[in-house]
Amino acid sequence: MTIPLPPSHGPVGGHTEAPVPGALEEDTRGLSLWRGAWQRLRRNPTAIAGALIVLAFVVIAIIAPLLTPYEPASTQWSGQVTPTDVPGPSEEHRLGLDRFGSDLYTQMLYGARQSLVYGVVSTIIGLTVGAFLGLLAGGLGGKVDTIIMRVVDIMLSIPSLLLAVSIAAVLGQNAYSVMIAIGVAQVPIFARLLRGSMLSQNKSDYVLAADALGIRKRKIIMGHVFPNSVGPTIVQATLNLATAIIEVAALSFLGLGDGDPAVAEWGRMLVAAQDRFDAAPQLALLPGTAIAITALGFTLLGEAMREALDPRTRR
Amino acid sequence: MLRFVLRRLALMVPVLVGLSILLFAWVRALPGDPARSLLGEKATPEGIARVRELYGFDEPLLTQYFLYVKALLSGDFGDSIKTGQPVVESFFDRFPATLELGITALMIAVVVGVPLGYLAARHQGSPIDTAVVSTSLLGVVTPVFFLAILLKLVFADWLGWLPTTGRQDARINATHITDFYVLDGILTREWDAAWDAVLHLVLPALALATIPLAIIVRITRASVAEVVNEDYVRTAESKGLSSAVISRRHILRNALLPVVTTIGLQAGLLFSGAVLTETVFAFNGVGQYLFDAIGSRDYPVLQGYILFIAIIYALINLAVDVSYGVIDPRVRVS
Amino acid sequence: MNTRFKRGRALGTAALISAALVLSGCAESEREGGGGGDGEATGGTLVFAGAAEPVTLDPFFAQDGESFRVNRQIFEGLVGTKPGTADPAPLLAKSWETSEDGLTYDFTLETGVKFQDGTDFNAEAVCFNFDRWYNMPESAQSDALTYYYQKLFRGFATGEKADAAIYDSCTAEGEDKVTIKIKEPFAGFIPAMSLPAFSMQSPTALEKFQDDSKADPRTTEYSTGNPVGTGPFVFESWERGKQVTLSANDDYWGEKAKIDEIAFVAIADPKARATALENGEIDGFDLVGPADIQPLEDAGFQIVNRDAFNILYLGMNQKTKPLDDIRVRQAIAHAINKDEVVSASLPEGTPVATQFMPELVNGWTDEVPTYDFDPEKAKQLLAEAGAEGATIEFNYPTDVSRPYMPSPEDTFNVIRSQLEAVGLKVKPVADRWDPDYLDKIAGSANHGIHLLGWTGDYNDSDNFVGVFFGAENPEWGFKNEEIFSAVTEARGIPTAEEQTPFYEDLNVQIMEFLPGVPIAHPVPSLAFAPGVEGFQQSPVNDEVFNTVTIEE
Repeated sequence: MTIPLPPSHGPVGGHTEAPVPGALEEDTRGLSLWRGAWQRLRRNPTAIAGALIVLAFVVIAIIAPLLTPYEPASTQWSGQVTPTDVPGPSEEHRLGLDRFGSDLYTQMLYGARQSLVYGVVSTIIGLTVGAFLGLLAGGLGGKVDTIIMRVVDIMLSIPSLLLAVSIAAVLGQNAYSVMIAIGVAQVPIFARLLRGSMLSQNKSDYVLAADALGIRKRKIIMGHVFPNSVGPTIVQATLNLATAIIEVAALSFLGLGDGDPAVAEWGRMLVAAQDRFDAAPQLALLPGTAIAITALGFTLLGEAMREALDPRTRR
Repeated sequence: MLRFVLRRLALMVPVLVGLSILLFAWVRALPGDPARSLLGEKATPEGIARVRELYGFDEPLLTQYFLYVKALLSGDFGDSIKTGQPVVESFFDRFPATLELGITALMIAVVVGVPLGYLAARHQGSPIDTAVVSTSLLGVVTPVFFLAILLKLVFADWLGWLPTTGRQDARINATHITDFYVLDGILTREWDAAWDAVLHLVLPALALATIPLAIIVRITRASVAEVVNEDYVRTAESKGLSSAVISRRHILRNALLPVVTTIGLQAGLLFSGAVLTETVFAFNGVGQYLFDAIGSRDYPVLQGYILFIAIIYALINLAVDVSYGVIDPRVRVS
Repeated sequence: MNTRFKRGRALGTAALISAALVLSGCAESEREGGGGGDGEATGGTLVFAGAAEPVTLDPFFAQDGESFRVNRQIFEGLVGTKPGTADPAPLLAKSWETSEDGLTYDFTLETGVKFQDGTDFNAEAVCFNFDRWYNMPESAQSDALTYYYQKLFRGFATGEKADAAIYDSCTAEGEDKVTIKIKEPFAGFIPAMSLPAFSMQSPTALEKFQDDSKADPRTTEYSTGNPVGTGPFVFESWERGKQVTLSANDDYWGEKAKIDEIAFVAIADPKARATALENGEIDGFDLVGPADIQPLEDAGFQIVNRDAFNILYLGMNQKTKPLDDIRVRQAIAHAINKDEVVSASLPEGTPVATQFMPELVNGWTDEVPTYDFDPEKAKQLLAEAGAEGATIEFNYPTDVSRPYMPSPEDTFNVIRSQLEAVGLKVKPVADRWDPDYLDKIAGSANHGIHLLGWTGDYNDSDNFVGVFFGAENPEWGFKNEEIFSAVTEARGIPTAEEQTPFYEDLNVQIMEFLPGVPIAHPVPSLAFAPGVEGFQQSPVNDEVFNTVTIEE
C-alpha cells in the first residue's frame, strides 16, 4: 500500500490502457536534470527535514549496539514486571522496562534496525520484481504485456494490506513472511510505474530517432529509457519505504510476522503495549511515535524529491 | 458511455476468475487445519478425521474446485465452518457496518479536507500552507491503528466521553431497516438510537478519516493552485471581479474533479484502514470478521469475503471512472 | 451560483439535522427497561459481555463457553449443581437412584413444569430428548457437533461407533418417573447430566423447528432463533454481531428472574470489556484480564472470583531430547518458581498447582511428590543428566486469552527467565493459537515444552487426567503402559467413592513420572457494576441470572 499522494497536479487513477499519468517527462538534457533537482532539494526546508530524519533513523539503526550495553529482547528483568506495574525510567534503564522485562531504550534502538531491514528488504523485493515485470511488459508489448498486466490487475483487485496479510498468512509466523508479503504487495506499483515510463518514452523523439537510426532496441532501453526511469523509481521507492514501515506495524498488529512478542520491533511493541496503557503509556507512545516520525521522514524526502525532479511543478 | 461501462465490466471478469482460482489455491495453502481449529483443545485424531470427511477436505483438489465453482455459479458461497452461517448472509450482515464507517470517514475527510486544501492553496508558500500540509501528512504517516488506540484510550477510557466498542448500546432496542444504524434511527425517528449510533461512529471514523484527509487536502490544494494560476482567473481578477466570486465560480468546480477520482483510490485504503480500526473498536464489520477467519482457517468465509471485496472494489472504481467520464468528457474518448 | 448555493443548502440541512439530534438526544428513551416492578423485583436490563458471540442456541450441539452461557439461562437439565460448587444437585429431577451395578438410573421428576412454549415437561419429554440424542444421523456425529454426548455415551444408534454406544433405553413411567439404562457403568453419569448438552428441550419446538439431519444443525431455525427450554429466561432475539436478548420467564417453576431482560454482547478484548464496564456501557462481564482486576476494584467495581476448576501446566514432550530424561524434567520442575509465575502473569491469589487436577476434583491428594523451587537442585540434576546449557524449544501461543491462561506471553516470559537462570537455553517458538499452536502441540511431535491447560466440564476425574494421560498422544510423547492402564481401570469403576483411591494413586504415579509441570489453577473472574447484586458464581460456569438484581 503506497500512500498515494499524487503528483501535485494531473488526473489520478491509472488503467492499463493509458500510460501512468503523472509519469515524468524526462528531460533529455541528462545531467542537468539531476543537478537542477539537487539545487531545488537543497533549498527546500521539507526536503532537509525529511533527509535529516531519514539520516538519523539509518544511523541509529546501524550503530544501535554501540548505543546500549544491553541485548534486545533479553527479558531478563521480567521478575520486576507485574500485571499492573511496569517499572519506569531508572538509573540502569534510561526509559525503564517494557512489559516483558527488556530494557525499553534498547528495544527502541533495535526496533529502528528491524524497521530499516524490513522496509529496505521489502522495498527491494517490490522494486526488483516489479521493475522487471514492468520493463518486460513495456518493452516487449503485445501478449507479454497483456498477461503481465492482467496479473498486476489481479494483485490490485484487492486492497494491498489484504494482499500482504494473505501472503503473510501462508508463509507462516516469521520475519521473512512479512518482508516477502509486503514486498510482493509493492510489486504492482513498481510494475506499473516502469511500464508506464517505458510506454511514454517509446513515443518520445529521441527513442524514435534512435530506432530510426537502427540502434538495437536493447541498447535504447539500457542506454536511455532505463536511466530516465531511475528518478521516478527512486521517488517511489522512498515513498514505499514509508508505507512498508507502517505496514509492518499493521501486520504485527494483526498478529502476523515474527512470533516472539518480546522482539524489538516497533509494531510488535505497540501491540503488546495496549493493555498496559493505563499503567505505562510510554510503552505504546514511544514506538507509535517512532513509526510515525520515521514514515514522515521518508515521505517528506520522497515528496520533495518528486517535486524536485518534476520540472512542471516549478513555481 | 455505455460501451465504456460494458467494456470495463467485461475486463473485470477475467480478473475475478483469476482471483477466484488464486483464492481457492491460497486458502488451501494456508498452514494449519480448519478441523482442528474447529475442535480446539477437545480435538482428537478421530474427531479431526471425521470433520475433514464431513467437509470433504480430503477429496482431490480438482473435485473440490469443481464443487466450489459449481456452488459459486448458483450464488452459493458456502457456509462458515466455524458457525455454519451462510457466507453470503454473514457478509451482508456485516457489510453495512464497514460501509457506514467508510462513508462517514470519507465525509469527514471531504468536509474538513476540501476547505483546508483550498485555504492552503490560496495562501501558497505561507506558514498556513506549511501547517496544513504537515498536519495532514502527519495523519497519513501515523499508523491508523495507533491513532485508533490512542483515541480510544483517551476519549473512551480516560475521559469516558465516548463509548469504547461496538456500534450501538445494548440497552437501546433500536429497529433496523437498512442496517445503517444512524440512518435507521433517523428513518424510524428513534432519535436516541440514531444519536447513540453517531457516538459509536465518532472515534473509529475519525481515526479512519486521517488517511483520506491528507490526500484530499493535497489534491484540493494542488488543483486549486493550478486553477488559480491559470490565465482566465488572472484575467477575471484583472477585470475586477471580486475574488470571492471567482473562487466559487471557477476554482472549486474544477478543483473537485480530481477529488472525485481519488475516491476510487481511497476505497482500497479505507478498507485496509477499516480492518484495523474495526478490530480496535470491535465494530463488527467485514474487516474484523475476515481477519478472525484467517486465524481459524475458515475457508468458505475467506474465499467468499475476499471475492466480494474485490467485486465491490472494482465496482467502486468503475463508478468513479464513470463519474469522471461524465464530469470530464475528454476522458471518455480514451 | 450553483456550487455556493448547493454547499450552503447542504450545510444548512446538516446543521439543522445536528441540532435536531442534539435536542432529541436529550429526551429520555422510552424503550429502555424501566425500573420498578412490584415488591422486590427491580426490573431493568442486564447487559453482560462475554468474549465472543455464541455459536448455537441448541445446547446439544454447543461446545463453546459463550453458547453455554446463553443456553444456561434458557435450558435446564435433570441435574444441576449445588450453588458455588461442582457437585450435583436436583434440578428437573427431584431425586434419583442408581442401581448397584451402575447400569440403571431411576429419576423422579418435578411436576407441574412447563416448557416455555406451553408444552408439558414430563417423563415422555425426557425420553424424547434421550432418544433424539441416541438417534442422531451420521452427519451430526462428528466431534465438532456432539463431543459431550460421545464422551459420555460413546456412540449412537448408527455410524462407526454404534457398537461402543452404551445407551440402552429410556422408559417413562407415568408422568414423573423415568428409567435410563446403560450398558456399561460410568461413574460420572449423574454429574454429566448437569452439562448443557444434556438439557431438556421442548419436543414440540424441536419437531417444529429443528432438523438434526441438516448439514450443519447449528444453523437451523431452532438453533438460531427458537430455542425452548424450561429455564428462567425466554429467548427473544439474536442480532448477529450485536447481541442476544432474553426476557424473564414469568411462568418459571422455580425462583423467577428479578430482572426483565438480559442482553448478551460480545467484546473480544479483555481491556475493552473493562473499559466498557467503567463507562457504564455494560453491567458485567466475564474473564477479567489480570491487569484489570486491581484497577477495577479500586474504581469501586465488584470482582467475583470463581473457585478454580481448571489447570494450567507446562507440558514436556518426551519425544524431544533431552526431555525424555526424567532428571531433566525434574530439573525444569525445580527451576520454576510458581509463586513468581502467578505474581507476574496470573490474577492475584491464584492457587498454585501440585497435580493435574484442582482440589475440588475427586482423587486430589496432598500425597503427591512436589518439586519445590530450588535452582541449585535444578542445576545439579542437569549436570547429572549431562544437559547443562541444553537448548530447549519453548512453545507458547499468541493472540489468545484462555480462562486458564489469560496472558500466555507474560507466563512464557517469566518461565523463560527462570529456566535461563539455571543455565538452560530457551528457544522461543510462538504460534497463533488458532489453529497453528493447537495443531503443533496436539497434532504433531514438533514441539518441546509448551504451555497449555484445561477447564473441567463437570466433576469427574477422568475429565482431567483421563483426557491427558489415557493413551499415547503427540502432546506428551510418551508411552507408559502402567499409567494408561491405570486410567482405563479407574474410568470403569462404577461410583465416585470407589474411584477415589484409584485416582489418588494415579495422581501420585503421574507426578512421579512427571510428564509435565502443573503450574496453577488460575481463577477466571467476573466483574460487575456496583449496583448489581445476587450473582452466584460456579466453578463449572453453571451461572444463571435469575437471582440477580440491578439497582438503577
